Amino acid sequence: MSVLVPTSLDAARDALSANPSATVLAGGTDLMVEVNERRREVVDVIAVDRVAELRAWSHDPVSRTLTIGAAVTWSEIEDAPFLAWVPSLAQAARTVGSPQIRHAGTIGGNLGTCSPAGDGLPPLSALEAVVHLTGPGGERSLPFAEFMTGPKRNARAAGELITAVTVPVLRGPQGYAKVGVRNAMVIATAGVALVCDADAGGVRLALGSVGPVILRCPEAEAIVAAEADFAAGRLAEPALRAAAEAARAAARPIDDHRSTAAYRRHAVGVLTARLLRRAFPHD
Amino acid sequence: MTATTVTAGTVRGGLGQSVVRPDGTAKVQGSFQFSSDYTADDALWGATLRSPHPFARIVRLDVSAALRVPGVAAVITAADVPGVPTYGLISQDQPVFASDVVRFVGEPVAAVAADHPATCRQALQAIVVEYEVLEPLTDPERAVDGSVPPIHPDGNVIRHQRIVRGDQTIEGPVTVEGTYELGRQDQAFLGLEAALAVPDHDGGGVELVVATQWLHEDQKQIAACLALPAEKVRLALGGVGGAFGAREDISLQVHTCLLALRTGRPVRIAYDRHESFLGHVHRHPCTVWMRHHADHDGRIRRIEARFVFDGGAYASTSSAVLINGITHTQGPYACENATVDGWAVRTNNLPSGAMRGFGVVQACFAHESQMDKLAAACGLEPLEVRLRNAMHTGDRLITGQVVENVAPVERIIHEVAALPLPDEPVGGHDGDILRLPGGVGRTTDAAHVRRGIGYAVSIKNLMYSEGFDDYSTARVRLVDGTVHVKFATVEVGQGFVTLAQQIARTELGIEDVVLDRIDTGVGSAGSTSASRQTWMSGGAVLGACRLVRDRLLALVADREGMDAAALTIDGAEIVDSGGLLRIPVAVAAAGVDIDETFEHHHPATEDLDELGQGNCHTAFAFCAHRAVVDVDTELGLVKVVQIATSQDVGRVLNPLSVLGQVEGGIAQGLGLAVMEELLQDGGIVKNPTFTDYLLPTFLDMPPVVVSLVEEPEPHSPLGAKGVGEPPTISSTPAVVAAIRDAVGRELPRVPVRPADICL
Repeated sequence: MSVLVPTSLDAARDALSANPSATVLAGGTDLMVEVNERRREVVDVIAVDRVAELRAWSHDPVSRTLTIGAAVTWSEIEDAPFLAWVPSLAQAARTVGSPQIRHAGTIGGNLGTCSPAGDGLPPLSALEAVVHLTGPGGERSLPFAEFMTGPKRNARAAGELITAVTVPVLRGPQGYAKVGVRNAMVIATAGVALVCDADAGGVRLALGSVGPVILRCPEAEAIVAAEADFAAGRLAEPALRAAAEAARAAARPIDDHRSTAAYRRHAVGVLTARLLRRAFPHD
Repeated sequence: MTATTVTAGTVRGGLGQSVVRPDGTAKVQGSFQFSSDYTADDALWGATLRSPHPFARIVRLDVSAALRVPGVAAVITAADVPGVPTYGLISQDQPVFASDVVRFVGEPVAAVAADHPATCRQALQAIVVEYEVLEPLTDPERAVDGSVPPIHPDGNVIRHQRIVRGDQTIEGPVTVEGTYELGRQDQAFLGLEAALAVPDHDGGGVELVVATQWLHEDQKQIAACLALPAEKVRLALGGVGGAFGAREDISLQVHTCLLALRTGRPVRIAYDRHESFLGHVHRHPCTVWMRHHADHDGRIRRIEARFVFDGGAYASTSSAVLINGITHTQGPYACENATVDGWAVRTNNLPSGAMRGFGVVQACFAHESQMDKLAAACGLEPLEVRLRNAMHTGDRLITGQVVENVAPVERIIHEVAALPLPDEPVGGHDGDILRLPGGVGRTTDAAHVRRGIGYAVSIKNLMYSEGFDDYSTARVRLVDGTVHVKFATVEVGQGFVTLAQQIARTELGIEDVVLDRIDTGVGSAGSTSASRQTWMSGGAVLGACRLVRDRLLALVADREGMDAAALTIDGAEIVDSGGLLRIPVAVAAAGVDIDETFEHHHPATEDLDELGQGNCHTAFAFCAHRAVVDVDTELGLVKVVQIATSQDVGRVLNPLSVLGQVEGGIAQGLGLAVMEELLQDGGIVKNPTFTDYLLPTFLDMPPVVVSLVEEPEPHSPLGAKGVGEPPTISSTPAVVAAIRDAVGRELPRVPVRPADICL
């Protein structure tokens, strides 16, 4: 077993290119659970939590975008200034694990694991984030929808490193809410992210834990986009109900030991309605 | 403590004070030696191969490849057990290793010893086991009805017991009934199973350091399996990180000793969380049907009940759990007539056994659910129906036994009702989302929440029952002004080490009390369970101290030419009734060496007869809970806002320690009410991790307001009743009653799942 601890992006990329089967370790909050429960054998490890470039984030006021390094932690994202720029992502960050987990766990780790229950993923889906990778073949960027390909599966190729994710800074309400059986430190049985683009009149809803990937709800989004008055914060109750029903219908949940499919679907409808009511407080 | 402090009149750290634990600083600083921290030079690691099937015949078992793995020192199977091939607390029906048939997922099949845990894993993978998979029996009702062939030579019924008392023909005029179900709760202690076995140089014996609940019972069972005399199997207590019943049964003890004796080297085994979930017994899943017949004024006339406890694959303490359950059918209420039928049965589920509350949790959830139904049927408030039926000292139970203990049932009900309700509105004054159901999930807005209030009251037997003499032993030496106390009482975190020092200080007037190692080098203390150690081992330490005191006073009387009967210890001084003598105990004890051992026994109890009649229990304690919950009715999420409790404790010997038991027990009861369940499907365990077996977090645990009722118990050596179990027992039904109050559903099953509330 070898453990490399590069401190620059070049060194990290070179190390991974040289040993494409190595395991990339960031916060370890998913990986170490798998290792400790012996579901995963780890041979060579490249720890990226000290790579300066991956720990950085930048805000571009011209393009109105935010680029967040893969090793930025949830405890950074849950607070200002992220809370003002990408509230749905910051709210999702606050729901992750315990304070200790949020200090260690990273946004890149969520993308690397690509669990449908990853709390950061519904906001990234709703924000239509772009995922940046670097590897032996150079750099490339993928829309989130193309990046996540299945439960715990993504488009990252062997030897590629997730470097950052870019999200737009939008005007308009956002939110994230999730349901679990405990009031903290719980895996979502259902999670919903809402992102509004008031300038474009767009609305995006993304569902976590209710399908093999994060699911978007085009029908629900279209209903809200057509009916909502962004300036007045107004959405008529029938439209809100219809959108929630459409989101319910978009869910593809399963029965497992965490929840029944029926409850998951129900929760998607309730959470969607609540997020919409928070975003559009006036009937 | 290094020096003896002598202050006139009082002794520091005595009874009634919130004395700090002797192991507290080490635990907080992380230097306390838990069982998993013990090692020895040249120690090997051990590991266990377990069955992946709930029920299967072993067709072939070949360990030869495992023996060839470099670094492996031994591989053992059932063929290597020199003594009795099975063990068990009540009946010895559980194999050390399965030889022909495996009966639950996780049953040990073989064990290895090797130079490294990774080598152990490799060796386990190299063991070849061919199974013929059999159809598992997972529905306990099919064990009751006899429709399935026996899955064990002892049969599928572990025990059946009826209670028939009084007039069996009474019906109504008011009847309420329900069928209640409890899921499988895990004790979920944080300190996982771990042990170190060191073989004697001559190979003729072994010393085992282990986290357990009863050293002498372990010793007896291990020695039988090893075919060694008990004195050749010496046990010492490794630091215990919680127990709650899960360490009453043998888990890794025999395996560790066998590997050490086979290899001639020290062997340590440590379970991880997954293995721990498979490797110890759990609380019995249970279905309880009850029908109460009452007068229109709410007074109970007769109770009918049927209990089915799922004992899992092996008997463990199932027969005792059954008796506890059915004999507590009535709860803390007077009842003359009863018809109860109880079954503890064998299935291919995980073995069930002891857990905090021991059968009474199951009975209490049912009888308290019934009391609320009865209140509703009679148009009474929940507390009023309980007060009208409250049990008193001198009342006869449905077993015919008379309650001779202090029984302040009415008082605890009045006191719990008088405790302040939370003054916060839904969501708190600041609208903090963390105060709402769903917590950090940002799920709930205050508008979705309904608040509910619920009550529950319990009766719990203390000590062992049915003729068992679970005595306790303590040895106290007074050597040159210092007190040395030795006992085999297992400290699992409950605080007996603190209490033992307090007793000795108060009885002997000497602050300097040294505790000897907890091991089998003294007589048995019985198990640290059944809320019994304060009473039993407290009684033993007290008795030994009094023998020492009497000898010291006789010595002083002799020295001073006085009558020993006139001398007493007052605080830290020896005084005489005439006021002539007043000397510090520490001064009087200089140069003396007094050594006394005392066994405390409780009065004998009896078996139940065929009709469930007999004085089977030793003593009783009572407890009342009030829960306030906020429920998100659309999503079925619960936030417990406050728990109030009034508990019959006899006498408070250490306020801080009692509070710890009360709050911890409530957390465990709350966990059963709304989240804790180890799920099995067709015998397969679905959630054996802390990712999916959910325990309450700080955000789930509410503030607790406490009223301790101190009416000293005349039968208890120190006037105190055990306080460990009652907080767990009635907190569960109180929380569920509060949820019912908020949402108006029957909710007959715990844990209550979100879908039970909202779908």
